[in-house]
Amino acid sequence: MEWTYNDVARAKSAVRAEKMIQPSAEVSANKNMRKPNQWEINMPERKKEEKIIEIVNVSKVFDETTAVENISFYVRKGEFITFLGPSGCGKTTTLRMIAGFDIPTSGKILLNGKDITDLPPNKRPVNTVFQRYALFPHYNIYDNIAFGLKLKKVPVTYVNDRGESYTKMQRLTRREIDEKVRNALAVVDLEGFEKRSISTLSGGQQQRVAIARAIVNEPEILLLDEPLGALDLKMRKEMQIELKEMHRKLGITFIYVTHDQEEALTMSDTIVVMKDGCIQQIGTPTDIYNEPANAFVADFIGESNILSGTMVDRFTVRFCNRNFRCVDDFERNEKVDVVVRPEDVVMCPPEEGMLVGRVVSVVFKGVYYEITAMVGRSEMIIQSTQSRERGDIIGMKIEPDNIHIMKKEFTTNKYDGYITKRNTVVFGDGEFDCDVTTLYPGSALDEEGYLITADGKKLDLTDVDVSVEVDLKNIEISDNADEGGACGHIVSLIYKGDHYQYIVRTEENEEDFVLDSEDLWNENDFVSVKIRPENIRLKLKQEIQ
Amino acid sequence: MVKRILSIAICIVVLIFVYSPILLLVVYSFTDSKMIGQWNGLSLALYGQLFRDERIMRILFNTVWLALAAAGLSTVLGTAGAIGIFYSRRRVAKPLLAVSQIPVINAEIVTAIALALLFSMTLLYRTYFSLIVGHMVLCTPFVLLSVMPKLKQMDPNTYEAALDLGASPSQALFKVVIPQIFSGIVSGFMLSITLSLDDYIVTAFTKPKLFDTISTYVYNAVKNGTNSSTPALRALSALIFIVMIVILLMINLRAQKPAAKRSTK
Repeated sequence: MEWTYNDVARAKSAVRAEKMIQPSAEVSANKNMRKPNQWEINMPERKKEEKIIEIVNVSKVFDETTAVENISFYVRKGEFITFLGPSGCGKTTTLRMIAGFDIPTSGKILLNGKDITDLPPNKRPVNTVFQRYALFPHYNIYDNIAFGLKLKKVPVTYVNDRGESYTKMQRLTRREIDEKVRNALAVVDLEGFEKRSISTLSGGQQQRVAIARAIVNEPEILLLDEPLGALDLKMRKEMQIELKEMHRKLGITFIYVTHDQEEALTMSDTIVVMKDGCIQQIGTPTDIYNEPANAFVADFIGESNILSGTMVDRFTVRFCNRNFRCVDDFERNEKVDVVVRPEDVVMCPPEEGMLVGRVVSVVFKGVYYEITAMVGRSEMIIQSTQSRERGDIIGMKIEPDNIHIMKKEFTTNKYDGYITKRNTVVFGDGEFDCDVTTLYPGSALDEEGYLITADGKKLDLTDVDVSVEVDLKNIEISDNADEGGACGHIVSLIYKGDHYQYIVRTEENEEDFVLDSEDLWNENDFVSVKIRPENIRLKLKQEIQ
Repeated sequence: MVKRILSIAICIVVLIFVYSPILLLVVYSFTDSKMIGQWNGLSLALYGQLFRDERIMRILFNTVWLALAAAGLSTVLGTAGAIGIFYSRRRVAKPLLAVSQIPVINAEIVTAIALALLFSMTLLYRTYFSLIVGHMVLCTPFVLLSVMPKLKQMDPNTYEAALDLGASPSQALFKVVIPQIFSGIVSGFMLSITLSLDDYIVTAFTKPKLFDTISTYVYNAVKNGTNSSTPALRALSALIFIVMIVILLMINLRAQKPAAKRSTK
């Protein structure tokens, strides 16, 4: 890989420029709660309503799996928008539908107000930079970049002998193509590379050719599908800055797909966080970071302390055995998730602290120390420029502004089930022991398995439909597949201060068991689900005759 | 050391077994005796006879045009099939690929009889049509087999990239997909030519009555015990062998060149 002095110097100056801009932007963003969109700050001259792409209730189903489920959003002209989410969340599928490679199963895609849902990709004013570049290996760099230009026809106006003007669709001339290719190569810093073959380029250079090949067509929208995924870390950082710079210079709309939250925060005007084919949150990087919509977003974007709390009063939340003032209002006694960013936890002498904890680990991370303290049974991560020793007792303060409260997504698991001949209950792809006498207060079972109610009626419960409720804390998981009533893979885990929240999904009907556990399991572990009979709450769906 | 000598010796013995009959044929094509084993001194008389024999020349011509036509058509069909299967959904692609390879594993005589039965029910039995279709049945699966790996090596996104840059599906096919799998198409074509050139069984079952290729002609000549009456066939065989060797060397050298270029980087 060759880097000229100029490249390095340019990259460095760009880094410097970025650093100088960032602090001021952050200060202004932190001052008021409802931050204006970065877009509104930078580009006041453009109309806010200028939607270039609008996605309306779009779903995409492949065979039987749903990749994207009923999403709606719009992209403003000139915006740098990023789809962010873990792999398999539907972000690439969304991008491919905008490019025209996949046709939505239902819903509409509008470009500048016109329906383009069924328009083939070659008819859309949109160009894509592919994850693995997808350069044409049989062409040299010039021919790769000129590919789109050679196919293009543009209207040219002529005046005939009688002075009437008429337009003809014409191909670009050799000179025009030459010039455009040279300009595109200049944008990506590959001047003079025209005759080189693709196989002689490094990964980073191939990436630049892929970008040049797309932007040379002057698309209205540039789609980028994890374009930096195959580059090493240093290269990726440099390309991030260059892409942002390119976006500024070209002034076209960028739609970017990544699973790297840092990349999304650095580059985007707007971030769309996705999970399981659904949009979790849309907002500016500062919005998403400071006001995550739910525990998933908080966990996915940056480091965070996610703790279980209860609203005890208006603007007052209780967690870690202490009441805190906060700026969000929820119903009293509602169970909530509390999110506190590590950099918002301020250390102080123990007697001044709202919380007191013991330091259990200190890790130096370059710019700051990451200090982990135990507050009772909860873990609190702190980022600070000051260090502490392991075992130190420290106080911690959190500003009301920095306590983010969100509705708990799951409080109980609810299922439809039925009772079997053996008086067990079947739900969630499994069969569990339960206490059927709870269906009728004061009832008992006779030796044949019939239920005798308090007033002496004899009931056969076989195949009776019931609704089943199980609390999150009452589900246990185990390695032993035979031990529990149902089996599945762990599809999600979120750390919540003193415990993990897991979602176990069964294979057969994809039933979810949401549970809290202090033990550490890994994603994709195959586990069985155990529930004690007394913790299964049963309710009859209708009276038995 | 002993091991080394032994392995070289085995190699040489095997090579002698494989190539001595052909070498014998080539050597005896340069003498004008009626029978192999009888050396009448160096002579190019058989080659002269060969090129003066109008019947042999016509058969040679038949064989070549049949091979070119069958190989050409098979290449088009096989390439289109490979691309179609490659871009099909998995559930469709797998059975299609399996079915397309049946003629490869099927005994040729079964294929030939089946073809003859099929065509005998129509007016097309023993026409040029049945002959060419017969050869295509032989060749097409091999074209598919040699194109498929090239498609798998190709970055599947390049087709989409071409569409994305404004190419119509057919432009994308000819400008992006075909060039990337071209070496596979060429080797499929060459393979088809060699298969068609020396095919006897299917040809015998599907050819028009008065039409002969080299294979059917030689077979009939030998069957009737008249081999000695046409010693010019020795010259013909030698020529075919030499031409084949030259083509094979050329293909191998061409295949090595880009590889060498890549490794020097």
